[in-house]
Amino acid sequence: MAYSKKVIDKFEKTLQEPEKHSVGKWDPSESDVGTGMVGAPACGDVMRLQIKCEARNNTHVISDVKFKTYGCGSAIASSSELVDMLKGKTLEEAKEIKNQEIVDALELPAIKIHCSVLAEDSIQQAIKDYESKI
Amino acid sequence: MKLPIYFDYASTTPVDPRVVIKMQDCLSLDGNFGNPASRSHSFGWKAEEATEEARSNVAKLVNCDPREIVWTSGATESDNLAIKGSARFNKSKGNHIITSKVEHKAVLDSCRQLEREGFEVTYLDPGTNGIVTPLMVSSAITDQTILVSLMHINNEIGVINDIESIGKVTREKGVIFHVDAAQSTGKLPIDLSQLEVDLMSFSAHKTYGPKGIGALYARRKPRVRLEAQIHGGGHERGMRSGTLATHQIVGMGEAFRIAREDMTEDNIRIKFLRDKFWEGLNDMEEVYLNGDQEHRAAGFLNVSFNYVEGESLIMALKDIAVSSGSACTSASLEPSYVLRAIGLKDELAHSSIRFAIGRFTTKEEVEYTIGLVRNAVAKLRELSPLWDMYKDGVDLDTIEWSVN
Repeated sequence: MAYSKKVIDKFEKTLQEPEKHSVGKWDPSESDVGTGMVGAPACGDVMRLQIKCEARNNTHVISDVKFKTYGCGSAIASSSELVDMLKGKTLEEAKEIKNQEIVDALELPAIKIHCSVLAEDSIQQAIKDYESKI
Repeated sequence: MKLPIYFDYASTTPVDPRVVIKMQDCLSLDGNFGNPASRSHSFGWKAEEATEEARSNVAKLVNCDPREIVWTSGATESDNLAIKGSARFNKSKGNHIITSKVEHKAVLDSCRQLEREGFEVTYLDPGTNGIVTPLMVSSAITDQTILVSLMHINNEIGVINDIESIGKVTREKGVIFHVDAAQSTGKLPIDLSQLEVDLMSFSAHKTYGPKGIGALYARRKPRVRLEAQIHGGGHERGMRSGTLATHQIVGMGEAFRIAREDMTEDNIRIKFLRDKFWEGLNDMEEVYLNGDQEHRAAGFLNVSFNYVEGESLIMALKDIAVSSGSACTSASLEPSYVLRAIGLKDELAHSSIRFAIGRFTTKEEVEYTIGLVRNAVAKLRELSPLWDMYKDGVDLDTIEWSVN
């Protein structure tokens, strides 16, 4: 697989220093946590993304993020890249994130674009889950 | 110890240094470069002598007559010639072919081609151990069956089919029996004087010879007839035209001669390393050995590390050369068809790694790799939501996954 150096770097750093790269989980029943889980084991990738939000100036801001991903190297790198994009964003801003931004940031090969789509789906689901609680 | 470490001997092997020396002697003006088909001078005679000696070495490893060996470009071509050549020659006798779902693509794709030409093919499901039994074969034979094609050793999981018993079934029914033995030369003794096998495919590069050369055994008594697939000069008794590649053939002959001499010793050492490797992994949680535990060639260790995806594990093991049944390592995005055919759940197929040990593997390499694998699996499980759920006692089969 001809991965870009960016995918390999992101994957390796996430693996070596998981805490620094927001690997982990919160209790999904917490009122300030939104959880999105997408993919399926049979398809070879599952992403679980969690956002912790706080109300600020009539909007909600993502104050922290945690994730875990089962999948190929680019699936793990894509989730980790998404996490970096999310911190500090308002929900409105986060909803605007498109998979192409991840594709560009990691220079994903065409056959791995579905990893970025999965990442986009995970944030949409996590926001939906959080919004259902407010 | 040198990095990276090669654990992909089932994919290809390095050429044995003893083979390299022999091959080098067949290339330049000072060497044996002639065309073995040249009858008019000593360059040709000398080249022919070398290819015939090689033919005899290949024949000796499998105990057949050298005249039953046809040179090809590799096992893929041998499979094509055996399957398409025998089916097309015998199409007046019937149109039914039997093979299995875990065959190499060279066999499966040849069968698909014959289906397009009007033949009917039965693809047998092996047992969950990966093995096709004589009973499965005999139950599938009809009065239209002309050919059975099965592999000796499976290239992904290393399990061994009982070709001796299957040969008895096919011979009794008067059906041609082709065996793809690309993985088995040098790994298992093969005695074609005893086996009731009509056609057998060989490859040099899986047995420490060069790539680009192979052979097909075609039985003389009872004679198996083939329609040639490559025409142009009538070499190899009309079965495969084309100038013989002296250096390649000499390389294959030397590799097979060495295999005959070293097989017993090689296999004792390789099996020791394989068992040591598995002992180093099998106490881990949720780790499964794929394929039959007993009827398996020495060098194969196909392992599923549940809740870890195979391609990410390969990336985490960057100094180790292995292959995976994971979809993500293939262009098709489908997990290994072999592992699926033996009933593995897709997620376990995605999580599989094949470690293939060979002649040059050392104990030190195995010990080092065990440590790396354990560490990488632990780290990837820390990242895996499935591992979390498993640890929390969640049954993953009860979850409704969003399949996209």
